Amino acid sequence: MSYTQLAVLAVALAAMLDLFIVRTRLLFRKALWTSYAIILPFQILTNWWLTSHNIVIYTKHQIMGPRLASAPLEDIAFGFALILSVLSLWVFWGRRGASH
Amino acid sequence: MRHWGYMAALIFVVIASFWLEIFLKVGVLRQVKRLIYSIAPIAFLFIGWDGYAISRRHWRFDPTQILKIYGPFNIPLEEYLFFIIVPIAAIMTLEAVRKRRPHWTIGDEK
Repeated sequence: MSYTQLAVLAVALAAMLDLFIVRTRLLFRKALWTSYAIILPFQILTNWWLTSHNIVIYTKHQIMGPRLASAPLEDIAFGFALILSVLSLWVFWGRRGASH
Repeated sequence: MRHWGYMAALIFVVIASFWLEIFLKVGVLRQVKRLIYSIAPIAFLFIGWDGYAISRRHWRFDPTQILKIYGPFNIPLEEYLFFIIVPIAAIMTLEAVRKRRPHWTIGDEK
């Protein structure tokens, strides 16, 4: 599978985790989208650093082509899937009382 | 210094987020068990993805801009750290938002 396909799949799996598996329903919560609005500019900045300096180099035919601040658009999906799935588990374990 | 190129980005993420722990007292770092349970399974999957992507050459890393310490699957140390640091930063952000907007429930309230 290409990076594009995997990125779309990852977002779908993260959404399934949040909505149907652990049912934290973060996707419907203001707190998630406000957090994401804070995180996204930082993600774009770090992605820009890593890609514009060619620290990470992508193979052309594995990505769609469009870039945002020098990083392939797929990176946005990659980051969103990572953040949503971790936050979803964080809330899940908080509900179960696992903290220390 | 060039070898610290990737590491610089990680240090930036730590500085940009961990102050929330000190000044907003989000209390994320002391919930060690919850952090491990939340991050480990997801990091495991993303590291699998990373290993696959590296082996299929979806992406690669400039050896002159990383510390050249490699873990399993040919994945550089910086990538392993990325999958720990970025999730912690995201959790701190969510907890900081909660601290400032306590009426916005996130689903784990008693």
